[in-house]
Amino acid sequence: MKIMVAIKRVVDYAVKIRVKSDKARPIEHKPSSGVETQNVKMSMNPFCEIALEEALRIKEAGMASEVVAVTMGLKQCVDTLRTGLAMGADRGIHVETSGPLYPLSVAKLLRALVEVEKPGLLILGKQAIDDDCNQTGQMVAGLLNWPQGTFASKVVLDKEKQVVTVDREVDGGLETLCLDLPAVITTDLRLNQPRYATLPNIMKAKSKAIKKFTPEDLNVEIKSDIEEVQVTEPPKRKAGVILSSVDELIDKLKNEARVI
Amino acid sequence: MERLRLRATGRFFRYCSNRSLFDRRLNTNSENSIHNSTSGYAHGFGKNCRDFHFFSDNNKWNVQTCFGFLRYQGETFRDSTEKGLLEKTRRFQYRGFGSLAAKVQRNPSFSTLNSDDISYFKEILGEKGVIEDEEWLATANTDWMHKYKGSSKLLLQPRSTEEVSQILKYCNSRCLAVVPQGGNTGLVGGSVPVFDEVIVNMSLMNNIISFDKVSGILVCEGGCILENLITFLDNQGFIMPLDLGAKGSCQIGGNVSTNAGGLRLVRYGSLHGNVLGLEVVLADGNVIDMLGTLRKDNTGYDLKHLFIGIEGSLGIVTKVSILTPPKLFSVNVAFLACSDYFSCQKLLMEAKRKLGEILSAFEFLDSKSLDLVLNHLDGVRNPLPPTMHKFYILIETTGSDETYDRQKLEGFLLHAMEAGLISDGALAQDINQASSFWRIREGIPEALMKAGAVYKYDLSLPVEKMYDLVEEMRTRLSDSANVVGYGHLGDGNLHLNISTAQYDDGILTQIEPFVYEWTSKHRGSISAEHGLGLMKANEIFYSKPTATVSLMASIKKMLDPKGMLNPYKVLPHSSSS
Repeated sequence: MKIMVAIKRVVDYAVKIRVKSDKARPIEHKPSSGVETQNVKMSMNPFCEIALEEALRIKEAGMASEVVAVTMGLKQCVDTLRTGLAMGADRGIHVETSGPLYPLSVAKLLRALVEVEKPGLLILGKQAIDDDCNQTGQMVAGLLNWPQGTFASKVVLDKEKQVVTVDREVDGGLETLCLDLPAVITTDLRLNQPRYATLPNIMKAKSKAIKKFTPEDLNVEIKSDIEEVQVTEPPKRKAGVILSSVDELIDKLKNEARVI
Repeated sequence: MERLRLRATGRFFRYCSNRSLFDRRLNTNSENSIHNSTSGYAHGFGKNCRDFHFFSDNNKWNVQTCFGFLRYQGETFRDSTEKGLLEKTRRFQYRGFGSLAAKVQRNPSFSTLNSDDISYFKEILGEKGVIEDEEWLATANTDWMHKYKGSSKLLLQPRSTEEVSQILKYCNSRCLAVVPQGGNTGLVGGSVPVFDEVIVNMSLMNNIISFDKVSGILVCEGGCILENLITFLDNQGFIMPLDLGAKGSCQIGGNVSTNAGGLRLVRYGSLHGNVLGLEVVLADGNVIDMLGTLRKDNTGYDLKHLFIGIEGSLGIVTKVSILTPPKLFSVNVAFLACSDYFSCQKLLMEAKRKLGEILSAFEFLDSKSLDLVLNHLDGVRNPLPPTMHKFYILIETTGSDETYDRQKLEGFLLHAMEAGLISDGALAQDINQASSFWRIREGIPEALMKAGAVYKYDLSLPVEKMYDLVEEMRTRLSDSANVVGYGHLGDGNLHLNISTAQYDDGILTQIEPFVYEWTSKHRGSISAEHGLGLMKANEIFYSKPTATVSLMASIKKMLDPKGMLNPYKVLPHSSSS
C-alpha cells in the first residue's frame, strides 16, 4: 500500500508575524497573503510534519510500501519537500502554482493526484498554521468520497481487514472510528513526535525523485470564491494599571469592565 | 528572551486547541512534576508563575533539586517577580564549600555602618533608594549558586551617574567598603559582599540612551538587562554581540565589568572589540567619561579597556556604548556526533575554513554531558538515537542568504561525514528543532545542578590539550565523581564540571590545586570568561606572572587607595594588605 502525505511550506511558527506595510499592493500580485514573507524563515507546517512522521512509522512497521510527499505552491516549496524526503519520504510531488491557493483548490489538486498515484491512505495535517483553515482534509475526503478520520491522536492500521482505527480528540474525551481503506486522516498534535532529519538521510534525499506537475496537467482550474479584503495586525494590548484599593477594583469591575 | 519567546510562540498557541504544541512536543505530562515545570521547554518556553507555586508548595524536594531549579530560574528571569521564590529557598542554602571565603579576614580598616550613614544615603537617594529590608538583603547577599553569602545590611539603588558618584564619594570618605551588583549572576562570588560591604545595586539605571541605526551603536545605562537590550535591538533589526545563558537577569554593566564571553564570541569577538565607550565612576566618586561612539579613536591611552573585566574593583560602569551587528535572518543549527576528540578538532579547523564567514557558534559536549541532560531535564531527547557517541558538536551558522547558507552547511557536513570526521548528525529543519539542539547545550549547567553538588572550572586551554584534562581528572577521581567536559570549543574554552552527590572536602583537595596547576602548565587561563571573583582571587598567579600582578595591584592602589571597591576579589589578598 502506498501512503500519500500533503505537506505545506509556511512561515516558521517561532517567527513573529508581521503584516506587510505596503497596504496598497495590488491584490492580484500578492504571493499568498498580506503578511511579510520576505527574509522570513519558512518551515514545514508542524501538523504536516506529524502527518509525515505517522506515514513513515506505518511504513517502518511494514504496513505500507511507499510514502509519497506532496506539496503545492511556489518553486521554493521544493525546499520543504526536500525536508520531507530527508525525514524519510520515498519521493516527492510538487504542483507548482504561482498565485494564492485556497483549500478547495488544494483538495481538487489532491484528488487529481490521488487518481494518478492511487494511495491507500491520504494523511494531512489537520490545519496549516498560516491560514488556519482546517478544511482541506475534509474537502478532499468529500471529493473522493472516502471516509475521514480528522484530528487523529492515534492511528492503528489493520492490513488484513483493510481498515484503519483512528482515535479523535473531541470535547470531553476520545472518539474512536474504524474506517475502511482507502481513507483520509488528518493529524492532531498528540499523535507523535516527528523525527529530526539526520545527515545520512539528508544525503539520501538528494537522489530522491521529485515529480513536477502544474494545475493544467491535472486538469484543475485554480480559482477562488474568497476575496481577501484586508490583513491587519491584532490590536495591541494596552498597558495594565495598578490599583490602590479594593474599592477602586470594585468600581472598575462595575463601571469599566461591567462584569459585576 | 523570555518575553520575546513568549511573544513569538503566542501566535502558535492559537493552533493548539486546548493544549499547546509545546506541551505536546516537549513536555508530555506537565501537570505532575517539578522537573517538567522547570525544564520542559526549549529555551524556557512558556514558563510561568505556576512554577513558583509548585516549588514553594513542595518543600520536601531535595536540596539539589531546589538548587537546580533556583539556578535555572535565575538564569532566565531573576527579577522582582522572583523574589518570593528566592526567599523560599533561602532555608536550603549553604553547604560548607571548603573554599576561600572562610579564610578571608575582614579588613579592619573598613568602617561599619552607622545611622548617620543611612540618613545621608536617604538624603541623596530618597527613602526608596535605600534598602534595609532583610529579605531583600538576604537575596542580594547570596550568589545564585548559593556558594557565597555576605552579611551586608544595606543596599543602595542609585538612579543616575550623579547618585553613584555621590555614594562612592561618601563611602570613600567614610572608608565604607562597597560591592557593585548587577544581575548577581556571577559564578565566582564576585557580585556579593564577603562581609558587610554596602551593596550598590544598578538595576534602576536601566535606560537606553540612544541607538544609531546606521552604525548600530547602542548607548545605554549599566543596569540594562541583557535580554531587554536584545529585545529592543530585535525590533530595530540588530542583535547584541554577546549572548549567554543568564541573559534574563544579567546586566550590561556587569557583562562589561566581567568581560562576559558567551555563545557568540567565536563570531563577534570579545567585549574588548565591541565596547566603544564607557562611563565609569571611580572609587573617589570621580566620573570618568570615556563614552565614545567612535570605532576609531587613537587619542592617548584607551582607558576603557582597563575597565572591561575588572569585576568592579576599579570603578562602577554606569554607561556603555556598544557596537551591535545587524540581525541576520538565516540561521542554521546542526547537532553532530564525533567518535573521538581529534575529529572534533579537525572539524573545527574545517568549519573555520569551509563555513568561514557564516560560522556563528561551535560548541562541544561529551557523552556524559548529554547523558546528564537526558536524565535530568524533561522534554529533551537524544537527537541522534539510539547509540551514544563520545562527543557531540553543535554548529550554528548565521548569514544573510537562506539558500546559500544551507547549501554551504549541507555541503560542509556531507563532506565531513564522508571524511569520517562525524559519525552522525542532524540538521534542524525549523526554529523549534534548532532551539531543542541549543537546549541540550544550554541545559547542561541546569542538569548538573539537579544532579547534585558541582565543582565548576572555566578554563582557557589550547584546543588540542583541552580534553586531556577531562580525561586525567576522570582517572584521578575514578568512581567518586562524574567528570563532564563541555564548552566553547571554537574559543578554546573548556567548562570542566565535576558532579558529586554532595560537597566533600576530600574531593575538593583532589581537584584543587591540580586543575590550576595543570592549566598553568599548559599555559592556559584559570578563568576564561567567569572571572576570578572571590573564588580564584588567590589563584591568579597560576595564569599571571608576579610582575603583572603587582602592576595590577599598583593600578588598584592608584585608583582605589583605600581598597574599598569590591574588596577581597580579583587580586590576591596579600596584595591588598
